[in-house]
Amino acid sequence: MSAPARVESSAPVDQPATGAGTTAATVQYLLRLGDDALVLAQRLGAQLTRAPQLEEDVALANIALDLLGQARPLLARAGELEGRGRDEDALAFLREERDFLNCQLVEQPDVDFAGTIARQLLFSCYQLPLLQALTTSADEVLAGVAGKGVKEVAYHRDHAVQWTLRLGDGTEESSRRMQAALDRLWPFAAELFESDDLVRSLAVRGVAVDPASVRPRWDADVDAVLAEAGLARPSSVRVATGGRRGLHTECFGYLLAEMQHLARSHPGATW
Amino acid sequence: MSAEVRAEGGHGAVPVEGVATGTPTPTRASRRDWPLWEVFVRGRRGLAHTHVGSLHAPDATMALRNARDVYTRRQEGVSLWVVPAAAITASSPDERDPFFAPAADKAYRHPTFYEVPEGVQHL
Amino acid sequence: MPVTDPSPALQAAVEPDEAALAERFERTVAAEERIEPRDWMPEAYRKTLIRQIAQHAHSEIIGMQPEGNWITRAPSLRRKAILLAKVQDEAGHGLYLYSAAETLGVDRAELLDLLHAGRQKYSSIFNYPTPTWADVGAIGWLVDGAAIVNQVPITRCSYGPYARAMVRICKEESFHQRQGFEILHHLSSGTPEQHAMAQDAVDRWWWPSLMMFGPPDDASPNSARSMAWKIKRFSNDELRQRFVDMAVPQAEALGLTLPDPELRWDAESGHYRFGAIDWTEFHEVLRGNGPCNALRVEHRVRAHEEGAWVREAADAYAAKHAARAGAEVAA
Repeated sequence: MSAPARVESSAPVDQPATGAGTTAATVQYLLRLGDDALVLAQRLGAQLTRAPQLEEDVALANIALDLLGQARPLLARAGELEGRGRDEDALAFLREERDFLNCQLVEQPDVDFAGTIARQLLFSCYQLPLLQALTTSADEVLAGVAGKGVKEVAYHRDHAVQWTLRLGDGTEESSRRMQAALDRLWPFAAELFESDDLVRSLAVRGVAVDPASVRPRWDADVDAVLAEAGLARPSSVRVATGGRRGLHTECFGYLLAEMQHLARSHPGATW
Repeated sequence: MSAEVRAEGGHGAVPVEGVATGTPTPTRASRRDWPLWEVFVRGRRGLAHTHVGSLHAPDATMALRNARDVYTRRQEGVSLWVVPAAAITASSPDERDPFFAPAADKAYRHPTFYEVPEGVQHL
Repeated sequence: MPVTDPSPALQAAVEPDEAALAERFERTVAAEERIEPRDWMPEAYRKTLIRQIAQHAHSEIIGMQPEGNWITRAPSLRRKAILLAKVQDEAGHGLYLYSAAETLGVDRAELLDLLHAGRQKYSSIFNYPTPTWADVGAIGWLVDGAAIVNQVPITRCSYGPYARAMVRICKEESFHQRQGFEILHHLSSGTPEQHAMAQDAVDRWWWPSLMMFGPPDDASPNSARSMAWKIKRFSNDELRQRFVDMAVPQAEALGLTLPDPELRWDAESGHYRFGAIDWTEFHEVLRGNGPCNALRVEHRVRAHEEGAWVREAADAYAAKHAARAGAEVAA
């Protein structure tokens, strides 16, 4: 192990990053990845019965199921490493908003189908190279989830790309809506690539991947799709950020209230 | 009770009187749905593609993707074909006698037609 | 629909008359062979099938809503995944069935329009609300249980595409009833609040489930023709009895009570006897006065209308890229 580095994050991970510090940092990192997948699955799951065509209901549900399937072992692994007896459900249903570490992009509501697709495009173009790099993570569970996830997310990205092309290069209305959705969501993209001491220290240990390293690939992929679809790369300079530190947009509280209500109404119950 | 109700279909009783039954497709002025595609799945290597059903999609690219989502959710396939339904030419059902009956009396095409002496093997 | 061989050369040689065609149809059905899409069939047979398959398909896709309601609120991640997969299956089953209906020469867009306009219906069971999580369990156990009893005989329906769709659907649905039973089992043996939630849901769903089989046989005079055509295989009352006989011991295993004081085992007939069904409620729901009739159709119409610009965009894109798409088809 290399020299201990101080790790900064929302949670008090103040120990030197030897065994305990690295473990605590890994827990945080697993929560970031797991919460991204969980929250996006929650958004997509809510779209079932609302898609523009029945075939698309089935497609969106498949993507939601893949993401939920990624979230569960990530959260379970986080709980296991944390050692406080929290399982995937305790982490999903009993944490407070400030303890969720997903990026703000995935929590953004589904304004219309263009919004759903734009969010999918921005996220899957980031998630695919990230998971590809994580297949060799020193954390076996994480490497396993990444290995399986790469195939899933390759499909998610393809789905988003195909729809971006059709909406961008479809009708005047679809092009306008797709551009508006991109403009609306663009400020949330920068957060995906934010690097901090926590992720850098884990990257050094081969556990994590520095998200900044996948940015060039993301830029190239997204630019290529937008160009082919006749859409403009938004010029927004606003950068929305904070999710990795537990700061979320206003819509997120409602998402959690809905998701957690039943589980919290029956403390100690099993389902 | 007025309209008749019957347990038709999977989820039970539905009205059976005064229910519209649609207009035959050829008389319709224009198509309002995405085109219809027939879907064929190869269940595993070594098997031929088999027809499994149809779906609607705007183009071939999306038809393949929809077929993947709709018809292979449970690992039913290793390969998919989608074919525009309108691109399939079918023999006319009314012609099935002239088409297929002539094959009926040609039993000599089948190995069981031939007598082989007892004990002869590998034949 | 596939197009027919355009060469009329063969057809001229043998031109069967209507009577011969009808006779061939009857013979095929009687011999337990399947009628296939482009076979000659009596117009009434075709119309009966369109009505039945379309309303069956509508029931699948409207049936996504009462359970879909709980996807965002499922109390564990395992339950959320199961429910997502289940509601997704229902969309898939709707698609298989619309696909079967389209082999009869109608198109799905029109069938959906008829559903949205109220000119075709769906099973009235989906006009009941799902106020609690236990309703997801009760739908799986009772509603899907009743559906399976109804659907299994259709796998032998005389119309090939419908029978094949049902084989696929029945195979996939085998997990639906079990997951419902499992939900109720966990609730019933859970906290007192959970048990009460399960009992309340069963109390509300039991009678509507029995009504799913339709009015008593003596009030369903035209079933005879569907039976002769081997579209329907068993009478409403036969299927209802079969369902009750299966459900009663399952309720005992769940530790839940079925809300019928007259329910008792009749050793002589080897069946459970049950109380009289209140058909007034059934007909009210059917007439559109159920708790959720308007809600279900509105939700469906909204999704369809809000999706119109997406469907148009994909069509426009396909038209622009027709040459490229054509090349892909040819490859």
